[in-house]
Parts: sequence; structure tokens; C-alpha cells
Amino acid sequence: MAVPAIDTTLAPHTEVPAKPRKTYLNADYSVSSWLLTVDHKRIAVLYLISIIIFFALGGMFAAGVRLELLTPKGDLLQADTYNKFFTMHGIIMVFFFLVPSIPATLGNFLVPMMIGARDLAFPRVNLLSWYIYILGGAFTLAAVIGGGVDTGWTFYTPYSSTYSTSNVMPAAIGIFITGFSSILTGLNFIVTIHRMRAPGLTWFRLPLFIWAHYATSLIFVLGTPVIAITIFLVGLERALHIGIFDPALGGDPVLFQHLFWFYSHPAVYIMILPGMGVVSEIITCFARKPIFGYSFIALSSVAIAVLGFIVWGHHLFTSSESVYAALIFSVLSFVVAIPSAVKVFNWVATLYRGAISFEAPMLYALGFIGLFTIGGLTGLFLAAVGFDLHVHDTYFVVAHFHYIMVGGAVLAFLGGLHFWWPKMFGRMYPEAAAKAAAVIVFIGFNLTFFPQFILGYLGMPRRYHAYPDEFQVLNVLSTAGASILAVGYLMPFCYLLWSLKYGAVASSNPWQASGLEWLTPSPPPTENFAETPIVTQDPYHYGTDDDAEAVHVA
Amino acid sequence: MRAYDFPLFPEQASTMAPQVDYLYFFLIAISVVFSIAIAGALIGFAVKFRRTPENQVGHRIHGSTVLEVAWSIIPFGITMVIFGWGAWLFVAQSRPPDNAHEVFVVGKQWMWKLQHMEGRREINELHVPVGQAVKLTMTSEDVIHAFYVPAFRTKFDVLPGRYTTAWFNATKPGEYHLFCAEYCGTQHSGMIGKIVVMEPAAFQAWLSETPPILPMSGPVASAAAGDAGSLSPVAAGEALFAQKACITCHQPQGGALGPSLVGVYGSTVKLADGSTVTADDAYVRDSILNPTGKIVAGFQPVMPTFQGQLTEEQLMQLIQYIKSLKATPPAGAGVAQNPPAAADSAS
Amino acid sequence: MSLEQTTPYVAHHFDDADQQHDASSLGMWVFLVNEVMFFGGLFTAYVVYRTAYPEAFHAGSHELNITLGFFNTIVLLTSSLTMALSVHAAQVSRRAMLVINLILTMFLGAVFLGVKAYEYTHKWHEHLIPGPNFVFDGPDPVHAQLFFSLYFAMTGLHALHMIVGEVLLGILVLRSLQGMFNKYYYTPVEMSGLYWHFVDLVWIFLFPLLYLLGRH
Repeated sequence: MAVPAIDTTLAPHTEVPAKPRKTYLNADYSVSSWLLTVDHKRIAVLYLISIIIFFALGGMFAAGVRLELLTPKGDLLQADTYNKFFTMHGIIMVFFFLVPSIPATLGNFLVPMMIGARDLAFPRVNLLSWYIYILGGAFTLAAVIGGGVDTGWTFYTPYSSTYSTSNVMPAAIGIFITGFSSILTGLNFIVTIHRMRAPGLTWFRLPLFIWAHYATSLIFVLGTPVIAITIFLVGLERALHIGIFDPALGGDPVLFQHLFWFYSHPAVYIMILPGMGVVSEIITCFARKPIFGYSFIALSSVAIAVLGFIVWGHHLFTSSESVYAALIFSVLSFVVAIPSAVKVFNWVATLYRGAISFEAPMLYALGFIGLFTIGGLTGLFLAAVGFDLHVHDTYFVVAHFHYIMVGGAVLAFLGGLHFWWPKMFGRMYPEAAAKAAAVIVFIGFNLTFFPQFILGYLGMPRRYHAYPDEFQVLNVLSTAGASILAVGYLMPFCYLLWSLKYGAVASSNPWQASGLEWLTPSPPPTENFAETPIVTQDPYHYGTDDDAEAVHVA
Repeated sequence: MRAYDFPLFPEQASTMAPQVDYLYFFLIAISVVFSIAIAGALIGFAVKFRRTPENQVGHRIHGSTVLEVAWSIIPFGITMVIFGWGAWLFVAQSRPPDNAHEVFVVGKQWMWKLQHMEGRREINELHVPVGQAVKLTMTSEDVIHAFYVPAFRTKFDVLPGRYTTAWFNATKPGEYHLFCAEYCGTQHSGMIGKIVVMEPAAFQAWLSETPPILPMSGPVASAAAGDAGSLSPVAAGEALFAQKACITCHQPQGGALGPSLVGVYGSTVKLADGSTVTADDAYVRDSILNPTGKIVAGFQPVMPTFQGQLTEEQLMQLIQYIKSLKATPPAGAGVAQNPPAAADSAS
Repeated sequence: MSLEQTTPYVAHHFDDADQQHDASSLGMWVFLVNEVMFFGGLFTAYVVYRTAYPEAFHAGSHELNITLGFFNTIVLLTSSLTMALSVHAAQVSRRAMLVINLILTMFLGAVFLGVKAYEYTHKWHEHLIPGPNFVFDGPDPVHAQLFFSLYFAMTGLHALHMIVGEVLLGILVLRSLQGMFNKYYYTPVEMSGLYWHFVDLVWIFLFPLLYLLGRH
């Protein structure tokens, strides 16, 4: 048989894969075997397909927003339509892409494998979680197709509970339902990580990806129910015209904000912690060095999860919370920045005296570090109360969170997808195209969002359909960047799909990476491990003599 | 600062603006330093320690507790400096100076209605004098809005059902953008206007002018406030107090169904359940709209509610009128429910 | 009588029955913590509004029937006893006792729900259901409606959890009759017991907060 092309930069001695064997992908081709699967790997693939669809939808709404903002007048879309576009961009991206993205795809696939288990603790609950996600998505799509929602993804009352005439109810129901998908995933991860680790796999031998998902799962379980009940109350108010949050009926609109942000702030840590786990795995592998400061990175994930629950009030600095409350939330918001900074320093220190190569996953990881740093630093700006009064609800905030959500979370997602693509699908992606796409994403992203910092400080408010003329040049720059970013996103979509059929066949460990998942064939068999592995060492054995031999170029 | 034809930095037109900008520059400096350090290290290490035939494997360095402590404590210290600076600014922004020129602001979908205490009112425009503090007392008729003047670095939410305040001291004559900065529906981006800062003399002249038919600036979604005229709010409030028959139960000398309101504003009121409350704007407003919520000790819960019968402007006028009711001699602490021979109650 | 199974079925992804049991147990506890946060949002809203509008909340609370509330509390506490007894019965392989106690628990749960239904109907007749038909003669009707909104939301959510519990118990009764539970395997009974106790505990908080705070 012809020897398939394999990327041999790292691993010239890996074995040539044999003819097709039973993997989780080809174990059964029937539709029902997919729709009724309890295999965590198949569920991960189901999630992957779903979130990509939602990402595309959310991206189209963003495209509409950016196109409208090319000109100062509201001339492309009507005001109501524009308001619906940014609302639905936010709802879809936050609840249906970012929150599930890494945990439900890479997490579902890898958590059992990384700890040497055959599946998650509750496989049927895992499948239920996907169906709940789809059901919630269906309701939200119904809201979109039925005319859209225009409340902003933050649903502030009394606009959302009383004044908006858009499809608030189906959207609220959709988000309420999808929340349970997160809760079940988090529950599954927590129990799995506690109870199903392979023999010898103590807590401080766990890969940092697992620590990150553990911390994220804590937030899933503790935070999501609060937004569920809050959305439930808004729905109740809308349906029955009672006054929980509407002051005209005796309620308090600021109470909504407290309840909403009690979840939605920790939610942003749900969106970034898994990405940080991915970056830790990639950096250490492509620098061929154990991660610097393992325990600090591990514990910082838990610290972020815990501290993330006590800073929500920094979203209410202008909302009439008391001066004392504002100051307390401000100081805590600075404290929560420190563990993130510690991670960044540790990642950079990992590069020191490494042997670094620049495959696409590494490019994404390095890009993450730069962009997350900028996003995180601008978070410090916002945590300073006196400063926040000026930039709250302006494009400064929009830029800040996109630096973290896109520059951070999306880049980590893409990096992780590329890193584990060979494991998941048994194929290598085309490296040159992947590198090009990573660079295009980086350039497009910065061009899109850096001008927005300037726009925000100038005073351009968020959610503006039309704006004063003097803001146009910066808006045009931003839209230009967005079109480049779109190209950067389309490329992986195309070549990753292409690689499923035409990509080089991957060995079990094309990156010569540490981790139990790399001990299995690519793609793995349904049961993951023929025998439960036994762990006797720390997670990252890069830089050892064995490693030297493995990567030595012949 | 303008580059080519578009600005990259907002004007500084208030006393707070340079203060906020100094913090901004400090934050930028810190960010630049840290970004360069991190990016520099990242790029430097990536280049210096790239994989080559001679450099195939990294060195097994696991960590350094000293470094971890250092790069936790130093950034923490820096963030505490930023916190302190931001807190100091915020406290200043939260405390309007005394003797501020007061303006009452009502936000509604999708316009701003502004009332000077001397009588003039404006829609989507606010004339203010340069060099004098201006205090805004704000409320919304419907959803949450926010009053934002970038050139002053001033912003605060405008909430339905309660009053919020903001203040500024304009330093440069000119016209500056006014934006709504809390999404409020269809015409959110049309809920804009301008602040017109005038020399003090010109402002005084403007204040005492008979207003023309109200000039509309910016899109107007609905008809402007009904009654014309430049009655001061206190006078308008006095008229309302009589017209709505408040005077029936709130006689200045007391002894009627309700407590006298002379000297009430600002005092500590004892309630029927034993608790006390300070009679501020919110208390007066709540007492009019939801009278049985807080009953004054010694009185029955018989006051009817005026919910839905008064606009926010009318509520403000009543508050201003009640605020102006002072006993002679000046009342001390506490409410005189039956003040002895209270004298004038007119403004 | 079916053959008693001495080795419980262990799912393929678990190493042994102990691991399976430990996983189920931790899973249920994590779920209950999540439920605490779920109810917690409502409790927070209640505490905030009660502090802001004490008179309205006192007056609203006065409208609730403290006798029925107390009766329901006793009923639920007793049902927790019968639930615990059913878990114990499973642990010692006494199937009859297991089934009887499960049915008793279901019965007591149904009594609770019946009383709640009666209370709700009564509120309907008194025009105390929040919404367009709400009428309240006491002080501060605007915020009294808030009390009732929270009353119905909190007790309604609790009742929904009770109904889910009843369904779970029904399934357990059927399975018990089929001989599924014995001293080697009684995890579902134990987990349902945890759930039932939690729902009972929520009521222990709801009762004083809603019913007793209006009394001096």
C-alpha cells in the first residue's frame, strides 16, 4: 500500500497506521447510532457541528451590524432590525457558542481520555445535555425566525419585561432551557474528575486542561441556575404583567441587573478558563518543556472561578449601586485579575529555554497570550470606577470583551481544534493553510477591535445604529478588519472539512505530546483504552531523555 | 487632538475630564510597559529558543516560587494603586459640590427633557454656564436610560421609579455631544442632543429670556412636554399642591388628616412601625405615589395614591415646592407635626 | 419471587460497583447544590424586597393560612421519615417495607400538593393571584402584589419539584415490585431519598419566610 503523507517534523519514527480498524467514528454508520449515542466522543462531535452552525449564524448577525456601521446614518437596516441584529449576535454567541464551545466539544472528547476513563460518569446525561442544548437552540431560532429579539443579550428590565414588543419569550425560554445543558455538562465533569481518574492519577498529576474544566464546571453548576431563575422571573413578568422588575408595578429594575450579572460575570470565566487550559497544553507541547509553575496555574483556575463570583457589581457602577458597594466590587475586580496575570507570566516563562516550533496550534496559543493580555489589561481600566463612568456602555467595553472572547476564547478554540484534530478525526490538517489562517485571524481581529478602544474613549456608545460623522473613519477600519477576520474564519472551516477526506492520515501521536489521550490510536476506539492506564509521573514529560529521542531529527 | 479629519481623543471640557484623562494615561502607560514586556519576552524567547537541529528539547524547569510570589505581589500592588486612584475619582464624581446650579432631567423614549430650576425648560439641549457646577437630578418615565456627555467624562444611569444624580463643572464654552448610553429601544441612537456651555453673563441672559417655541434638536419621537411658560418649578409646584387638593390634608399649621409638610424636607421622619427615614426626594416621591408604604407615626393610612396622575415633571415640581416650605423660625431637627403658628408656606 | 441479584449491574464505563455508587452519590449532591442556587435566586429577591417593603410583606404574609402551612410542614417532615425508612428497607432487603414506605411517601406528598392546591384556589377566590385581577385591601397593595408574586413563584417551583419527586417515587415503586432493589443495590432509592429530603428542606425554609414572618 502507498505510504500516506505524514507530517514528520516532530515525529519521524511514529508508526504507519494500518488499514481501517474499528474507531468510534466507523463503529456504526447509522443515523440512530449517532442520535442515540452515549459515547462521549460522538457527543462531542454532535456538539461541534451544532456550535459551528450557531457560530456562523452569530457571525452573520455581526456582519450585518458591521456593514450598517460603515456609514454614520442608519441607512442599511431599520433601527428595529439593527437592534435585533446586535441582540441576536450577542445571545447566539454567548449562550450557544462561547459557553459550550470548548467544554462541550474538546472537553467532552478529552476529559475522559485525559484521565484514563472509558467515558464520562453519566453518559446518558451527556446525551441529554446535547438534546437540551438543541431544544434551547430551537426555541431561540424560533425567536429569530419569528421576528427577532431586540432587548440586547443583557435583557435589562423594564425594557425586556414590559416595553419590548419583540420575541422575548421564546428567546428567554430558549436560554432557560439551554442553561440546563451547561449544568448537566458541569455536573458530569465534576463527578468524572473526582471519581474516575486512572490509578496513580492524583490531583496534581492532572493535565491543566482538566483543572481548567474542573474550575469551569464549578461555575456551570453554581452560576447557571441563577440566570435560569432570573430569566424565568422576566418571563413570568412578561406573561402575567406582575411587577418583579418593573418599577411601575412595584419592582426594582436594578435587582434584575444584580441577579443577571451574578451569573453573567462568572459566565465570562466559563468562556475563558477552558481556553486557558487549552493554551497550557499547547504551549508546553510545542516548547518541549514542562509547563512553568504547574501548581500555580492549576490553582489559579480555581481561584478565578471562586473570585469570579464576587465581582458582578462592576457591571453596575453607573446603575446607582451605593458608593461603598462600587468600591468593594472594584477592589475585588482587581484581585481577580491577578490569577490571570500569573497564568500569562507562567506561559511566557515556559518558553524560556524551550525548543519552540510554530505549528498552527502554537500560533493560536501565542496569539492568545498577546490578545488576552491586552483584553485583560483593559479590564483593569474598567475596574477603576472613576474611569469606568466615562467608558461604561461605550465601544471601549465592546473592544475589551471581544479581545478576551475572540482574541482569547475563539483563538484558543481554534488552536485546540487544530491540536486535537488528528486525534479526533485521524487526519492532519494542511499546515501551510492553517498557519496562514492563524495569521489572517490575528491581523483581522486586531484591525476590527483595536479602533474600538479609541472609539469608546471618544464617547461612541454601544448599540448605536447611527452615530456622529466624526466616528466614521474608525468604524470603517473596524468593518474592514471584520471582513479580513471573516476570511480567517472561513479558511479553517474549509480546510478542516477537506482534511476529513484528503488530509494526511495521522498517527496516534503526531505531536509527540504528553497526555493519556495520545496513547490511543487516532481516531480512538469507542472504549478509549484497551486497558486502563496507570499513571506514575507528572503530566508533562517534555524535556526528558525519552522526549529527546522521540523528537531527534534523524 | 485631531488627526486628518477625525478625532482620536475627546475634548476636555469639564473639571473632571483632565482628571479622568490622567488616570487613562497612567493606565495606558502601565499597559504599554506590560504589553511590551510580555510581547517582548514572548517574541524574544520564541526567536531565541526556537527549535533547531541543535536545540531539540526544552530544559526541565518546573517553576520558581520566588518568581510566582514576585509576579503576584507586584501586579497586585500596581492594581491597588489603580484602584485607589479610580476610587478617589469616583468619590469626587459622586459628590456634587454645594451651590450647584440644579437641573431636573427626565429621560423618556426617545428624548431628554430638562428643567432649570429658574424656570426654563429644554428638549435634548442643555444650556449651562461655564465655571459653575451643575447638578442633574434625573429620572426616567419608562425604561432605563443613561445621561452621557463624553467631553465632560460624565455618565450616570437614568432609572424609572427613582432619582439618580450626576454633576459636572464645564470649563470651556462650546457645544458638546449628549448621548443616551443605556440601550432603550428603537431610537436609542437617536436619543442624543447637545450641551451648550455659555459664558456666565450670556447664560444669565438666556435664563431670563422668554423662551421661543421650543427648538427641537435631534429626532423627536413624540410631542414635547405640554404646558409652556417659564414658571419656576417651585411656583408650579405650589399651584399643583392646591390644584390636586394636597392642601386639604397637609395644612401648614397641622391638625388635619395628614402631617404638615413645613420643614419636613431633609428632616428625619418617624414612621408608624417605629423606624425612621430621611425625607429626601425619593421619600417625598414615594409618599405621593405609594402613600401607604410608609405611614408617619400618629397618622392613619388614608392618603390616596397619585400613581398615574402625575408626570415626572409634576412630581419634581411638587418636591421642589415641599422643599421650599420652611417654618419660621427655621425648624430644628425632627418634624413639627403641629408647628405652632407656622408662618408663610409660599416660596 | 424473583431471584435476588447479588451482584448489581455495573455500567461499562465504571470499574466496579463501588465506583458507580460513589459517582451517583457525588452526582446527586452536586445536583442538589445546583438546586440550592436555583432557589437561591428567588430567596434573594424575596429578602431584598422584604427588607425594602416590610409592611407590605407583613400584610401579605398575614393572608396566608398558617394552620395549613404548619400542617403541610408536618406532612412533609413525616414523608421524609417514610422516605428514610424506605431507604433503610432497601438496605436490609425488606421489599414489602420498602414498597409500603415508598407508597406512604407518595401519599404524603400528594396530601401536601392537595393542600397547596386548596390554598391556591382559595387565593384565586380572594383575588390574590398577581396579575390583572389582583385586589388587595391592606397597606401598600403595589408591593403586596410583589409578595404574592414571590409566594407563588417560590411555592410553585417547590410544588413542581414535588411533582417530579412523585414521579420518581412512582418509578421506584414499580421497580421495587420487580425486585430490583436489595442490600447489594439500592442506589436509586438512596439518591431519590436525597432529592426528597432536599425538597423537604426547601419547604422548611419557605414556611417560616412566607407564613411566619407576618406574625408578631
